[in-house]
Amino acid sequence: MNSFLKLDNLSLTYHTKNSETIAIQGLEFSVEKGEFVAIIGPSGCGKTSILSLVAGLIKKSGGTITLCGKEITTADDNVGYMLQRDQLFPWLTIEKNVILPLIIKNIKTVKNVDYTYNLLKKYGLYEFRKYYPDQLSGGMRQRAALIRTLSSKPELLLLDEPFSALDYQTRLLVCDDVYKVIKSEKKTALLVTHDISEAISLADKIIVLTKRPAKVKKVYYTDFDKSATPLLRREEKNFSTWFEILWKELNKE
Amino acid sequence: MKKEFSSEHLLYVKKQRNKRIAILVTQISILVIFLLLWELLTLFNIVDSFLFSSPDRIIKTVSQLYLSGELFLHIGTTLYETIIGFILASLTGTLVAVIFWWSDFLRRVFEPYVVVLNSLPKIALGPLIIIWFGAGTKAIVFMTFLVTVIVTIINMYTGFCEVDKDKILLLKSMGANKGKIFIHLVMPYSIPTFITTLKINVGMSWIGSIMGEYLVSRQGIGYLIVYGGQVFKLDLVMTGTVILCLLAALMYLIVALFEKISRRQK
Repeated sequence: MNSFLKLDNLSLTYHTKNSETIAIQGLEFSVEKGEFVAIIGPSGCGKTSILSLVAGLIKKSGGTITLCGKEITTADDNVGYMLQRDQLFPWLTIEKNVILPLIIKNIKTVKNVDYTYNLLKKYGLYEFRKYYPDQLSGGMRQRAALIRTLSSKPELLLLDEPFSALDYQTRLLVCDDVYKVIKSEKKTALLVTHDISEAISLADKIIVLTKRPAKVKKVYYTDFDKSATPLLRREEKNFSTWFEILWKELNKE
Repeated sequence: MKKEFSSEHLLYVKKQRNKRIAILVTQISILVIFLLLWELLTLFNIVDSFLFSSPDRIIKTVSQLYLSGELFLHIGTTLYETIIGFILASLTGTLVAVIFWWSDFLRRVFEPYVVVLNSLPKIALGPLIIIWFGAGTKAIVFMTFLVTVIVTIINMYTGFCEVDKDKILLLKSMGANKGKIFIHLVMPYSIPTFITTLKINVGMSWIGSIMGEYLVSRQGIGYLIVYGGQVFKLDLVMTGTVILCLLAALMYLIVALFEKISRRQK
């Protein structure tokens, strides 16, 4: 009953001068604490809008979103958003980039800065803290972006195709990397992607959406070994079975 | 950190340096040859030094102006008008651009006015400015301001709008308000635009101050040039022009230096 994140009868309509588009209608799903949930759906079905709504960036047209029993109306401190590309600020060092959320939220205390430095140390970026983003590799930048998201200690991470800008090789490695960090920090994650295999390799639960207006079509619980990281999952036999199931589900009318 | 370079690399560096030296030498040679040619042509009366003046005459005029104490009065006046106009316009223009970025409503309200003011040749306002501000420095500073400020608004606002939308989204998701978005993202992002604008403004403010002095003045480089033209003392006209070239180059160099410093502080 008391889910960590709960979307209830959610709807969203976009207005322009000449038209209105119903992007989401009657969307309902929930995410439990510590779960890694992936949302997949046909392109343009409003996947990103769902994340924007949960992040409190846009106003919903109807329904409710509750996080830890509290309704979300504006940007919530308990939510961290990771966008496509790392979005590190090129004029700030890695150190200053990862501290940024603390400054924005006015919580730059010694304790929080220490916590962030520990994250940098733990995930091998501490020696690079004085570097500028363009001096680092794509994978390291992505890790820095993840640490920036974690520095203000959000419980829920929203990932909007965070690997789409990377080349295939890097993508697999970064995906593995990000998964390990999220799991070891015991965060809850909601990922939006158009890449079926990415969803299978990362998620405990996969939500398939319908075409616009977006509704939940079907929910799957993946059955991989808990300790299997994305790279290992890709090697397992049932990976291709899962791919087939989801592929059919997505392309079924 | 000392690095060992291959001989190929050293050769490359040497080639690059030689190229830079060649460019500089050619640049200086052109200037020297030009001055020499000018001097010789007038010396042997192939061109009339009364109409074209000569480097020799320009130097004489400068020293005359210096001895009569007028030289620095004129330079000082024009420099003062240009710099005050430049600073006022750059600051005001940037401030207005910030307001436009802040309030979409205000921007849309004032956009047509800015567009019209931008297209309007500012010299057309000359008579009005003289009547309002009097025939003096104030009128010229205002003219400089007017010529420069509109360009600043347009350039800076365009720069502010080029900020990556996703980065704004990122800050919003952290709960940032407009002020924080401006300080942490828009401002640092727009520093290159600001410096480009300053470079353009150097040129614009010289146009403004000299135009102002053409219209109404008792002193200044623009006054020297106009006065020289009226009494047919082309030495004075040429001298004014040369001084102007030097001052404009100096001001540009200062802005370029400012750019270098801001880059290093990255």
